[in-house]
Amino acid sequence: MRCVFCAAACACILAVLLICFFLFAKGLPFFGKVNLWGFLTGEKWKPTNGVFGILPMILGSVYVTGGALLLGAPLAILTAIYLVRFCPHRLYRILKPAVALLAGIPSVVYGLFGLTAIVPFVKGTFGGNGSSMLTACILLAMMILPTIIQVAESAIRSVPESYFEGSLALGATKEVSVFKTVVPAAKSGIMAAIILGVGRAVGETMAVMMVAGNQARMPAGILKGIRTMTVNIVMEMGYAADLHYEALIATGVVLFVFVLMINLLFSALNRRQEQ
Amino acid sequence: MIKLKLLWRYMKHHPGSFLLNLLCTLATLAVAGVLVLVVGYIVVMGVPNLTPSLFSLHYNSDNVSLLPALLNTIIMTVLSLAIAVPLGVGGAIYLAEYASKDNKLVKIVRVTAETLSGIPSILYGLFGMMFFVTTLKWSYSLLAGGMTLAIMILPLILRTTEEALLSIPDSYREGSFGLGAGRLRTVIRIVLPPAGSGILAGIILAIGRVVGETAALMYTAGTVADLPKGLMSSGRTLAVHMYVLSGEALHVKEAYATAVVLLVIVVGMNTLSSYIAKRLTRG
Repeated sequence: MRCVFCAAACACILAVLLICFFLFAKGLPFFGKVNLWGFLTGEKWKPTNGVFGILPMILGSVYVTGGALLLGAPLAILTAIYLVRFCPHRLYRILKPAVALLAGIPSVVYGLFGLTAIVPFVKGTFGGNGSSMLTACILLAMMILPTIIQVAESAIRSVPESYFEGSLALGATKEVSVFKTVVPAAKSGIMAAIILGVGRAVGETMAVMMVAGNQARMPAGILKGIRTMTVNIVMEMGYAADLHYEALIATGVVLFVFVLMINLLFSALNRRQEQ
Repeated sequence: MIKLKLLWRYMKHHPGSFLLNLLCTLATLAVAGVLVLVVGYIVVMGVPNLTPSLFSLHYNSDNVSLLPALLNTIIMTVLSLAIAVPLGVGGAIYLAEYASKDNKLVKIVRVTAETLSGIPSILYGLFGMMFFVTTLKWSYSLLAGGMTLAIMILPLILRTTEEALLSIPDSYREGSFGLGAGRLRTVIRIVLPPAGSGILAGIILAIGRVVGETAALMYTAGTVADLPKGLMSSGRTLAVHMYVLSGEALHVKEAYATAVVLLVIVVGMNTLSSYIAKRLTRG
């Protein structure tokens, strides 16, 4: 029986190997035909003319993720602090499942909300046609809230109570104790939470596609449309053929490398928090 | 009154601290506001559009019925669980019960499971399309979608099961060994039953992910809207159905209604999962 269980455990390894193999086997030959550097830094994406540059999409992913973090991360971290240190017990019993619920809402439902509520709001308040980088940032900020809150909360909770008590004993107020002793001690855990949020934002596809406008050109402003790498894949996969198809797989490879780096950073920070 | 007076004094003597506290409270209020806004908006827009014709057996462009999509979702869930649960639970049993602590394989499995859980769903979709749909020539089918999702939820089931197994005290195992039971009997008769609710909570969480998934299914299970003829025929799940509807200007009302059904299922799954997990911690 040991062998059977061991084989089941190896399924994960097999899955990762298969995914790596297929992505790289189908994506890398593309770089034999198109220059890798030109692919990564090309500013034009015109698959019908054989021009493949994914810099607009890379920048799109980076900008949208950055904007979402700017809006969402402070909110999420402050909420995590509140949940651990200031929240009355009764309220916590409501807020904790509420955060879990926020994490459970499917991304298409967020997308529908973005499409029918945030897009008109942005259009009415800031002008433009509504489907823009700003809209995508706002929606993604909402979506990464629960991810960051949950990880940051457990990081802050794992700080020994004695830090807090020591600070209180020295005469600091409750808030100062929390912000000056507890939060710094949980720093790498909170960073890990943010990185996990980055991973979620970079990988989000459907919700972003529904609100971002998706024009494949260099980002032109926060009220203009933008296309991310994930959207690039899912939008054109349906009809792509030959070199275009390979270019989309290659986009997937670039995305995969991004995600792997984010994962490495996350586990490194996690290890530091545990120490 | 006394409370207000105390608050006022606190504000006067420690304005900085008061401000920090206020900031945290406001942030939490904003987060709660986001939840109320999203759920409230979908419910208010969707519930009035829940008509009986949405639940007719066959899909056509007049009734845009969601029932076939709902059935597809159930088939997809059963399919992906049938593959992921044995592998995930079996793997977790190996990690928690059989392998020694400094086993190299265990470390590799942990790292790969962590990697898998960080991969965005669109990459699973890409992989599923290249492997199941193109290489194995299954074309767009429920089977291809189910296999793709099975890989996606495997790390979740592996991790939650392992945590549930590790939370069982060693004295259970020692007692069983002391009475002369072997390793396998100990695992099946002694360790698994008390860990059952933890494992179940993980599985239900995985169901929630399968039900809400879209990007991984677009190019593996396809978007055919009617009832499937078998595992090898294409079919859209509820989430994909909702996405397609939201793109058609004529059917936005139905999209809201479908979103409500989707939300109810996912919320129900989450509540069930946390209820079961809570029962576990209570003993």
